[in-house]
Amino acid sequence: MAQALLEMRGITKRFGAVVANDRVDLSLLPGDILGLLGENGAGKTTLMNVLFGTYAPDEGTIAIDGKPVAIHSAADALALGIGMVHQHFHLVPSMTVLENLMIGLPGKGLRLDEAGARARLADVKARFGLGLDPDALVSGLAIGEQQRLEIIKVLFRGARIVILDEPTAVLTPQEAEGLFAALRAMAAEGFGVVFISHKLHEIRSLTHKVTVLRQGRIAASLAMSDAITDRQLAELMCGHELTPPVKPASETGEVLLSLDGVSTAGGRRVRLRDVSLQVRGGEILGIAGVSGNGQRELADVIAGMLPVASGTLQVGGLAVRETSPRVMQALGIGRVPEDRMTTGLITSLPLSDSMVLPLVAKKPFSRFGFIDHGAIRRFVTEQITAFGIRAAGPDARTGTLSGGNLQKALLARELSQDPRVLLAAQPIRGLDVGAARFVHEQFLALRAAGRAVIVISEDLEELFQISDRIAVFFEGRVMDVLPIAQASVARIGLLMSGQEAA
Amino acid sequence: MDDIWGQIFQVGFFAALLRIATPLILASLGEMFAERAGVLNLGIEGIMLLAAMTGFSTAYFTGSLWLGLAAAMATGMVMGALMGLLTVSLGLSQHVSGIGVTLLCTGFAFFFYRLIFGQPGVPPSIEAFATVKVPLLSDIPLIGPVLFDQFALVYIALLAVPVAAFVLFRTPWGLSLRAVGESPRAADSAGVNVALTRYQALILGGAFMGAAGAFLSMAQFNAFTFGVISGRGWVCIALVVFGQWSPWKCAAGALIFAAIDTLQLRLQASNVIDVPYQVFLMLPFVLTIVAMAAVSRNARAPAALLTPFRKEER
Repeated sequence: MAQALLEMRGITKRFGAVVANDRVDLSLLPGDILGLLGENGAGKTTLMNVLFGTYAPDEGTIAIDGKPVAIHSAADALALGIGMVHQHFHLVPSMTVLENLMIGLPGKGLRLDEAGARARLADVKARFGLGLDPDALVSGLAIGEQQRLEIIKVLFRGARIVILDEPTAVLTPQEAEGLFAALRAMAAEGFGVVFISHKLHEIRSLTHKVTVLRQGRIAASLAMSDAITDRQLAELMCGHELTPPVKPASETGEVLLSLDGVSTAGGRRVRLRDVSLQVRGGEILGIAGVSGNGQRELADVIAGMLPVASGTLQVGGLAVRETSPRVMQALGIGRVPEDRMTTGLITSLPLSDSMVLPLVAKKPFSRFGFIDHGAIRRFVTEQITAFGIRAAGPDARTGTLSGGNLQKALLARELSQDPRVLLAAQPIRGLDVGAARFVHEQFLALRAAGRAVIVISEDLEELFQISDRIAVFFEGRVMDVLPIAQASVARIGLLMSGQEAA
Repeated sequence: MDDIWGQIFQVGFFAALLRIATPLILASLGEMFAERAGVLNLGIEGIMLLAAMTGFSTAYFTGSLWLGLAAAMATGMVMGALMGLLTVSLGLSQHVSGIGVTLLCTGFAFFFYRLIFGQPGVPPSIEAFATVKVPLLSDIPLIGPVLFDQFALVYIALLAVPVAAFVLFRTPWGLSLRAVGESPRAADSAGVNVALTRYQALILGGAFMGAAGAFLSMAQFNAFTFGVISGRGWVCIALVVFGQWSPWKCAAGALIFAAIDTLQLRLQASNVIDVPYQVFLMLPFVLTIVAMAAVSRNARAPAALLTPFRKEER
């Protein structure tokens, strides 16, 4: 048997009382593509951060090419040929592609080795099909291109072990295919690839073997084969059986929110042009569109963060002339923003503060102008239990929660206000199967209760699963609104690219 | 009126302008290095003062101006390292640390000066740096006396600008430095030692600030006085913003400021416009504020300026 490229044994990492990794073993042969599966908070990212030197393990050993090694920093990991493509990119936006590639690399004499970097970039393109304009500014690159740059960066540093943390979360299906082709080319050259994902079909089509983590422990380690079903993998991940989601028929009620010819001023942002939409009680309206076509602006208009320049916005039949976040909240609009970490919650505050921030002026959280910490703690503790939020408690720093748990916290907050209309942007982005399901169940429950839900998503599969109607945005306009029965991926796709339906 | 302007814009005006600009160029380059690495060094005012004192004292006792300059730069480097200890290793607020370092340095400067020299009626003085004529070049009419009959430190400051630009934009270290200031996490994941790089930038910057202080007490003047810096450090903080963290633009800003300062000195002396002299004194600072208001709207600071980098934090 070939010498293992990487052998991790008995890795244990604790954060305070939480055991993020509990005696985890992992091994990788040259040419392997290993899938690492697990729900949010199962310890996948922690394990990889241990391997990459970001965290020091409390116990366990790591061997590269059979030799035990100690990895204290990213520099150590890089020197050993380990490269990581993080979920959140580690790029310098104000620099060019080439500059980003040269950071930390030795120069030629005193100077930066620009010519050498250009040559290597061309070589990476030839071998793996990963190409980019060396002089483009990173801030101007599309997300998929930024990710490609991250992978090229890793290859530039001579990595033989490449770790990718949920790389497809931000990619279109076509971009993902391109990525897989590059990863297969790397494996063919004897690289080891660790592919972290929630998406079972990707793990199935790409990987040779799969390791499933659950609550910090190895739940299973299997060779990938057709005999393994998605259902089995999903159940290994969450530790219990899953039933497919059900969307019962529902009665649509009166119009709860309507936009009539709404336009915005634009400026630095996408301009909404003459947007007319209605959403009724008992209905889920999906908003589709390629990122940056006005969906974000629509969300901000409805949340009262972006003023309406012309047209009318009505909530429950009342025209709202002056919008503001406070007014819209008072009118019963709940919002789960796209960016949970900056717009949704405050990562540096305790969870309890983060969760009650928009509600704090109301009873029972404050009385006679004073904050009632007891009431806040009770509320947050209840929500933690009710929504199964995995957190050390109401005092845990918000930023220590994983993506899925942040999303649950946000939902808990908004649902506690019993919104008439819930607006959710990219609600399951970066969430695992279990958490995504949970979120969708909440939407369906609202729908059954006669409330309206607006879901903005770039994930068409999600929209088809839960929407009653889908509106497609293109360059700030509504191209069309289709009832789900008349919508098809092909038709929506055409509308998304700005082509009128034939 | 034409007459007055004729008197003002003589060869002497431009020579003085360069001399006034020199400490500003040096210190703003020093500040720029620190800020490019993500650390606002508000210790600049105090570091310049303390370096002016140590440089002067060393020169006074050893008789060597160059040893004095070396002592001043070493002072700057030690204080840069102290800034590093506070803001990088301990991750304290850069504002508070910087003001603390300025207060500490100011106190040290006063204390040790008194300890060494007591309170003499006439402040002790040294034989300051003399101007160095560059052979041949200094004979060129107009340009010669302005550019090539100056203090050695003026030449050094002018040469430091392209060198700083080269280091910052063309060397691996400069790229790492900028990356650390823009996105320490990106730099760290690329194997750059963020803390070490910030220390290096602060220490290098401190050396520049020290040289600027030395210029004031050992070239521009020949004695140390407590008002020798009088806000020039703070002006450099503004110049770095004005110069948008580019060595060339910082130097240009320093020259503009120096031009206005030189002009007001001459207007004061010419005694033609009948306003209190304080108005003239105020002029460079008022114009700094105006220029800042005009330019800094579009200035984009290094993205990680003011943010400490802690590894195990997301």
